[in-house]
Amino acid sequence: MISRSSDTTRRGNEPLDVEKIRDDFPILKQIVHGKPLAYLDNAASTQKPNAVIDATATFYTRQCANVHRGLHELGSRATAEFEAARDKIQRFIGAAQRNEIIYTRGTTESINLIAHSYGERNIGEGDEIILTQMEHHSNIIPWQLLCERTGATIKVVPIDDDGDLIMDGLERLFSKRTRLVALNMISNALGTRNPVERVIEMAHAHNVPVVIDGAQAAAHETIDVQALDCDFFAFSGHKMFGALGIGVLYGKMEHLEKMPPFHGGGEMIHTVSFESSTYREPPYRFEAGTPNIVGAIGMGAAVDYLEAIGLDRIAELEAPLLAYGTERLREIPQVRLIGTAKRKAAILSFVVEGVHAHDVGTVLDLEGIAVRAGHHCAQPVMERFGVVATVRASLALYNTREEIDRLIAGIHRVLEVFG
Amino acid sequence: MSELRDLYQEVILDHGKRPRNHGPLSDANCSAEGHNPLCGDHLQVFVKTEDGKVVDARFEGSGCAISVASASMMTQAIVGKPIEEAHHIAKQFHSMVAGESDESGDSSELGKLVVFGGVREFPMRVKCATLPWHTLRAALDRAREPVTTE
Repeated sequence: MISRSSDTTRRGNEPLDVEKIRDDFPILKQIVHGKPLAYLDNAASTQKPNAVIDATATFYTRQCANVHRGLHELGSRATAEFEAARDKIQRFIGAAQRNEIIYTRGTTESINLIAHSYGERNIGEGDEIILTQMEHHSNIIPWQLLCERTGATIKVVPIDDDGDLIMDGLERLFSKRTRLVALNMISNALGTRNPVERVIEMAHAHNVPVVIDGAQAAAHETIDVQALDCDFFAFSGHKMFGALGIGVLYGKMEHLEKMPPFHGGGEMIHTVSFESSTYREPPYRFEAGTPNIVGAIGMGAAVDYLEAIGLDRIAELEAPLLAYGTERLREIPQVRLIGTAKRKAAILSFVVEGVHAHDVGTVLDLEGIAVRAGHHCAQPVMERFGVVATVRASLALYNTREEIDRLIAGIHRVLEVFG
Repeated sequence: MSELRDLYQEVILDHGKRPRNHGPLSDANCSAEGHNPLCGDHLQVFVKTEDGKVVDARFEGSGCAISVASASMMTQAIVGKPIEEAHHIAKQFHSMVAGESDESGDSSELGKLVVFGGVREFPMRVKCATLPWHTLRAALDRAREPVTTE
């Protein structure tokens, strides 16, 4: 095992040194199309620090075995690490109990789990689910499918021209048939940080539970699910510097203990016979089959990494970058920012007048700059702003002002080619 | 910057900005819709055939420079051609941009369309170039259902 210096604790309270942070991410040192990589697609997936890569390698070199099964040493090491990661994640999001942390494949599976296990028990014909106009498809489709199965309907909270939720619109949507509100904390397409605290208060005043899609939030601000008082909180490991293919569903125990299993299989049962089976308590009831053990351990390592730096300090690092990027983009008359909410995460979504987002994306790619170009799995947002696609630069703690300068230079290059 | 010029050849940029045969074709006898779920691009291809030949072709919709230029040059390439030959060109075009034919292959029949050869180096953009052609083939088959690139 090669030991790399990824000990973030050395930083203590020193001001964050971005170059040192960048040293933790080996992938960032790459040359792409002859240029140093500027990775500005963090809302799609973040890169992995050595701490996560090492935890993954250590698992496969020293601990690899199935969990909760073997009586042998490797099985016990794997189980200990897997469950230790659950504790870390519990602490990371401020959950009351470790058993409220369910491992999933990611945010999408987490939301599907709620739609099936909670939705089919609690939402029926004529009932209503409130979503917002800025949801990712993963927080739309599971509810549409639930509506098809049950005869419930979806109500949509509109957004204004800046990409802020129209809160009066939300209040008007509540009815006696409202059974659930589901919304993102941060919009992947617009960067809007939604006032989820206020939404949860409003919903609870109507006795309606709230699902928070936290995919874009987890790596950018401190999450405290008890302070938020949300009923469910879904997020993904790979958007918070962890491995791909692992995610978490947090749910209040009062909901989880009443919910039936989602998938059936090994690990989630007490007793099985062909007549009937009984199921384990949460979270194991919802973790059928061999889980993504190494993913969970990697997610625990990502939590350690983020906590060593401090979420507050990450936010302090990202805010000036967002301000700088916004200012530089506004200097280009042909650029229109999509998403100018008052409270925003470090996501810059924009269109270049007369040039399709895909062409912008390709030109930037050849400059070594990785951005997302497309509808960001949020077609209703695109429709709201009258565009088919946008270019999105989404920032993380390792991005620099120089990379923003390169983005701006790249857009000027786009204008040269297509102008 | 040569990679950029390989993809965005002048002819492509020109057709992308000023597409030919853009707009509806009122006396079309077949048409089809094409949709690329990856980027949300949407286009409609109209074809008028007579005696087994394409006598007119136009398209509507918007998209990236590659897809618009591809649609524009496609309409120019197929007018006057027998339907079978239009299908044949579509297949050749697909082979070229998907990198399924070697460069010395029989792309000679593609004429000006060889400017799209650079697309093969950009796997993420292949669907942009092929969407108009998929849609054309659907129109020629008189398919009324929207087609997708998926």
